[in-house]
Amino acid sequence: MPNVMIRVKDNGALLFYIAKKDQEDEIAKVEKDSETEWGGEVELTDGSRYYIDPISPPPSFPTTLRFKRAN
Amino acid sequence: MSDLTREETEALIQEVLEVYPENAKKDRAKHLTVNDQEVEQSKKCITSNRKSLPGVMTIRGCAYAGSKGVVWGPIKDMIHISHGPGGCGQYSRAGRRNYYVGTTGINTFGTMNFTSDFQEKDIVFGGDKKLSKIMTEIEQLFPLNKGITVQSECPIGLIGDDIEAVSKKTSAEIEKPVVPVRCEGFRGVSQSLGHHIANDAVRDWVLHNRDGDTSFEATDYDVTIIGDYNIGGDAWSSRTLLEEMGLRVIAQWSGDGTLAEMENTPKAKLNLLHCYRSMNYISRHMEEKYGIPWMEYNFFGPTKIEESLRKIAAFFDETIQANTEKVIEKYKLEYEAVIVKYRPRLEGKRVMLYVGGLRPRHIIGAYEDLGMEVVGTGYEFAHNDDYDRTIKEMGNATLIYDDVTGYEFEEFVKKVKPDLIGSGIKEKYIFQKMGIPFRQMHSWDYSGPYHGYDGFAIFARDMDMTLNNPCWNKIQAPWLKGEEEAEAAAAGA
Repeated sequence: MPNVMIRVKDNGALLFYIAKKDQEDEIAKVEKDSETEWGGEVELTDGSRYYIDPISPPPSFPTTLRFKRAN
Repeated sequence: MSDLTREETEALIQEVLEVYPENAKKDRAKHLTVNDQEVEQSKKCITSNRKSLPGVMTIRGCAYAGSKGVVWGPIKDMIHISHGPGGCGQYSRAGRRNYYVGTTGINTFGTMNFTSDFQEKDIVFGGDKKLSKIMTEIEQLFPLNKGITVQSECPIGLIGDDIEAVSKKTSAEIEKPVVPVRCEGFRGVSQSLGHHIANDAVRDWVLHNRDGDTSFEATDYDVTIIGDYNIGGDAWSSRTLLEEMGLRVIAQWSGDGTLAEMENTPKAKLNLLHCYRSMNYISRHMEEKYGIPWMEYNFFGPTKIEESLRKIAAFFDETIQANTEKVIEKYKLEYEAVIVKYRPRLEGKRVMLYVGGLRPRHIIGAYEDLGMEVVGTGYEFAHNDDYDRTIKEMGNATLIYDDVTGYEFEEFVKKVKPDLIGSGIKEKYIFQKMGIPFRQMHSWDYSGPYHGYDGFAIFARDMDMTLNNPCWNKIQAPWLKGEEEAEAAAAGA
């Protein structure tokens, strides 16, 4: 269950940063991304997938969230 | 382009690895790679931030070096106690040339060494009382200090002293911030974790101190310089550029920096991050907590400076952007003259770098402005995100080495035959004796500054001075030179 800091990149994409792993990847796809909620399964550009219970209302970035590894 | 092809470079790595035992070979192979600009993520080709192998020579430091030596040390108006035996403080004292303004021993303490000088009885009975006494003494002897930090050395963690409790107690007594930093040397694999621990200590003990205080008048053009340690005056030559653009620099972290500047940083509009490796943690934290955007910039060499200045200006209004163009225009004559003078003397020379922090990728631009080429680079303590940023800067088929060992570095140099090497003091004399020009790039070989346009002129001069020094063809003793040469010399005389 890594702590993930998510920030908006210059190009508008969301950057998924895991400090412990020094991993910086863009989020390619979010399962639920609407005006009322944000979350579910998140897929990164490198193909790895993480899960977070949908948050409602959507969080404002940058923020730190706790994700689970999706399988 | 490098003279070696991709295959040749790969073969070179294999050849160098040959002498290691099986396990060591497997481990070291992961840290050496041939650059491929196509690769998006460095983790696919290089492993970094791993424990060094026992038995090989590494150039890394420890967590204490990262915290006391790099991040906290340059904060000039605080007193940094090296808490533990005397050596750590003494051998890290004043070596990094973090310049500052002030009267040492009165209101600034940058080059002084404060240590609790642990003896056997402190290890046996604990050092908390001693620490408390030292801090009271410091307060009496140096009343103009603005605060104290306690930089733990290894034994503190091993014997389990409660420096946090002592710090809180003393802080209440002397009515100044006292910051305990748990940067025992054995933590982590290199100084990198020390940077992180120091950043966390700033976050927990300093950053929020003036949150409710509105006495500081902020403007729309407030920026901070983060991760510039003012080596040889680097932060100053960066600062003048930003001020000429019309920005106001309200804090320098941490070269020539003060505690008050750190506390006021959350009031800035933009954090400018030079050393990404050592200060990205606090920048990310400020973005999250205070909504201050941050950007990485590079003030080495005119091309990169120009890029960075424009990128910084884009965060502000048109006046700043117009000023920026004027600044670039103003310095154009200066740096073009530098290039005209030095480029012909340095054109086509090949450089190998092995340093830490940001330099292995940031300086590449400055060398390229002088027509030189970096054929190998590597970091002491980088993480994967640093290599992500490096791959794009380096040419294809060039060497990249992480936490290179003394042996590997020497072998690479023998085969690649660069014209100049930039690394640390421990490598300097080995390579100079091999007859290769060398610059100590940790503290600019006692020169500097190298940042900004003013710094570029000094950088170019220094590289020329080293590379074209007449001593390099005197390395071989006259009687060892070939007979032909001797005859030629005789004929010439």
